[in-house]
Amino acid sequence: MSYLTEGYTLRSWLTTHDHKRIALLYAVAITAFFFVGGAAATMMRLELATPAGDLVSADTYNKLFTIHGVIMVWFFLIPSIPSVLGNFLVPMMIGAKDMAFPRLNLASWYIYVIGGAFTLAALVAGGVDTGWTFYTPYSTMFANGHVVLVIAGVFVVGFSSILTGLNIIVTVHRLRAPGLTWFRLPLFIWANYATSLILILATPVLAMTLTLIALERLAGIGIFNPALGGDPLLFQHLFWFYSHPAVYIMVLPAMGVASEIIPCFARRPVFGYRFMAYAILGIASIGFLVWGHHMFVSGQSLYAGMVFSMLSFLVAIPSAIKVFNWTATLYKGSITFSAPMLYALGFVGLFTIGGLTGLYLASLALDVHLTDTYFVIAHFHYIMVGGSVMAYLGGIHFWWPKISGRMYPEMWGRAAALLLFFGFNLTFFPQYLLGYLGMPRRYHEYAPELQVLNLFSSAGAVVLAAGYLLPLGYLGWSLLYGKRASANPWEATGLEWQTSSPPPQHNFHETPRVERGPYGYDPVR
Amino acid sequence: MLALTGLVALGVFVVMIWFAVRYRRGSRADRSNPPVNNRVLELGWIFAPLAVFIAIFVWAAVVYAGFYRGDPAAMTIYVVGKQWMWSVEHANGRREIDELHLPLGQPVRLVLSSEDVIHSFFVPAFRIKQDAVPGRYTGIRFTPTKAGGYGLHCAEYCGTDHARMGGRVFVMAPAAFARWLEQGNPSPTLAAQGFEVFRRKGCSGCHAANSAVHAPELNGIFGRTVHLADGRTVRADEAYLRDSMLLPKRDVVAGYEPIMPSFQGQLDEGEIAALISYLKSTTGKGS
Repeated sequence: MSYLTEGYTLRSWLTTHDHKRIALLYAVAITAFFFVGGAAATMMRLELATPAGDLVSADTYNKLFTIHGVIMVWFFLIPSIPSVLGNFLVPMMIGAKDMAFPRLNLASWYIYVIGGAFTLAALVAGGVDTGWTFYTPYSTMFANGHVVLVIAGVFVVGFSSILTGLNIIVTVHRLRAPGLTWFRLPLFIWANYATSLILILATPVLAMTLTLIALERLAGIGIFNPALGGDPLLFQHLFWFYSHPAVYIMVLPAMGVASEIIPCFARRPVFGYRFMAYAILGIASIGFLVWGHHMFVSGQSLYAGMVFSMLSFLVAIPSAIKVFNWTATLYKGSITFSAPMLYALGFVGLFTIGGLTGLYLASLALDVHLTDTYFVIAHFHYIMVGGSVMAYLGGIHFWWPKISGRMYPEMWGRAAALLLFFGFNLTFFPQYLLGYLGMPRRYHEYAPELQVLNLFSSAGAVVLAAGYLLPLGYLGWSLLYGKRASANPWEATGLEWQTSSPPPQHNFHETPRVERGPYGYDPVR
Repeated sequence: MLALTGLVALGVFVVMIWFAVRYRRGSRADRSNPPVNNRVLELGWIFAPLAVFIAIFVWAAVVYAGFYRGDPAAMTIYVVGKQWMWSVEHANGRREIDELHLPLGQPVRLVLSSEDVIHSFFVPAFRIKQDAVPGRYTGIRFTPTKAGGYGLHCAEYCGTDHARMGGRVFVMAPAAFARWLEQGNPSPTLAAQGFEVFRRKGCSGCHAANSAVHAPELNGIFGRTVHLADGRTVRADEAYLRDSMLLPKRDVVAGYEPIMPSFQGQLDEGEIAALISYLKSTTGKGS
């Protein structure tokens, strides 16, 4: 009797309090949104295959990148690992029966769906063209689309983030198995814990900022628009105070996933465990102090620019520590290249490139040239897509036997990982060059001499689209026809592998006791 | 920078691939005494990057500071962004749209503003970019060093025709530039236009020396240090003068009553720029 066979009706799923089922509800919802956001991106890349704006109009293009950004950030990336894998794994990894607040957990999914409905309604009603950043006074006074409807969607979905974060924090504090001290926690738990702290501290600021936009747009209360006595830069400060930490909401859990997969397939304990844990906390805290690096050319003062630049370099240090430690974990290991490992190594490589190019943007004088160009687009896609999405897919493959009780087809898994790695680089590496050559972002037309690089990028997008459809196909297939998975097919050491695949409703038949730290792997055995 | 980051990326990838191949399962590599942590190594890869980062930070910050500070004799040009064009005003009153002509080798200072939403003045070939923000002045300084025509873009998303908002910057030999500046320019200088606005909008009614209203004398105000009623002191630069027209209650001069009405909505960006030019031109003629 597993959690999957507890009930077969739709009602049994929609009223469940089981964290594992809620995780699957999230998985279905975010996958749907991922393909909506992906379709918008595909349209954009098709438009950009030629220099002239011929496939779609300027206004349509502006709506496409807005909806792409809004959906991918708030309806896919932010909930991806915490709400799907985190929901499924946090209780299992700490030996708990469920989350601390199972009903709240279900409520947060419903809130997510309501927020999504608002956003989709705005999309169907004609869309919005402000960009996902909603810069003022454009968004409050000049944009014609359904700004308030989209803002309402993002506002609502924020509460889902806050509740999930709260749930994870309380669960980690209160429900650890006997003997599971803080420094025996898997790094995945550390990462999701730190992410949850950011979620509950930063998301309220986003909610306030969006409320202020709605007030100015609907009631004409002057907050951001200088014609009403407001200050447009105030908006940018408030927005990035949330949205920069949001980048760490997206990438910290990805680091957690990589830190589970790499030791398992290298058969080695993660190198420098304590430094890895402290690095997570370091990123989470310094990440709150770097928002001004989005505003080096916005008109903020010279000295503000200098402080934010220095802090941005500092936040790169813990990220570097993590990359070095993952690499050192491979040393003297016994490495197999299963699909999850390929995704995880791909994550480390792409995250490294994304991180190093972040140094260019942290350097004041270089940022003046590169900001608001395709260089920035390439940089954050390396972090969010190359990093977070690769890690998310790696995690889905790694824990698929546990989630579904079936093995995915290994050859297909490896092929998709390699295809995605190739397609990703083909899409986004040329964008670094385009940005350096001065192609601004959010342009639906560009100079003819930039067409070759844009064509490479568009071709890569086609490969990438195929690469994302593959797992949808073969993972779906494996649900019905995949080989039955044993309790621990990877011979991994985490508590989640000590129960059957798929797990029973309350995860463990008896509460596990923990006597040593995580990652007790041995390369020789 | 490229070499440095390229080297680091290459280093990490080579080590990673080397480990991955050498320690693949079934290889006969030596796996005795595998380390699980190494404090010296950890501290090494904390502090080595830190030192490099500080060096890059200083380098980039020094160049960046140059965009703010520069030659006081720099030529000031007003640039106004509006959906979806750049409008430029030279000191002698010559205007141009979506084009900017500059003399070779002469330090320039662009004073940027916007009539509507945020725009960003971006000349990739010059490696400069600065947002034009409604409601305030921003600025950037540089010196063109090579003659030719260069692309100009808007880099901050501003609506439908954002991608088409741009033009050309022409850097010309100083003599050719001087000829261009005079050519087909029927309009009076920016300062003269400003004097006209100064009278037409009634500024002179209060701010003239013989006025019955108690208002600060403005001759030679530009660049002076002004003492405010609340004890602060400010330098009378473009941003201060602009704010004094639009938000007169904010920085009241010591010894005066806050009686000036706001000219918000009554002056457009061109008139504000003209007024400031006029006030600048009075330096040295003051009482």
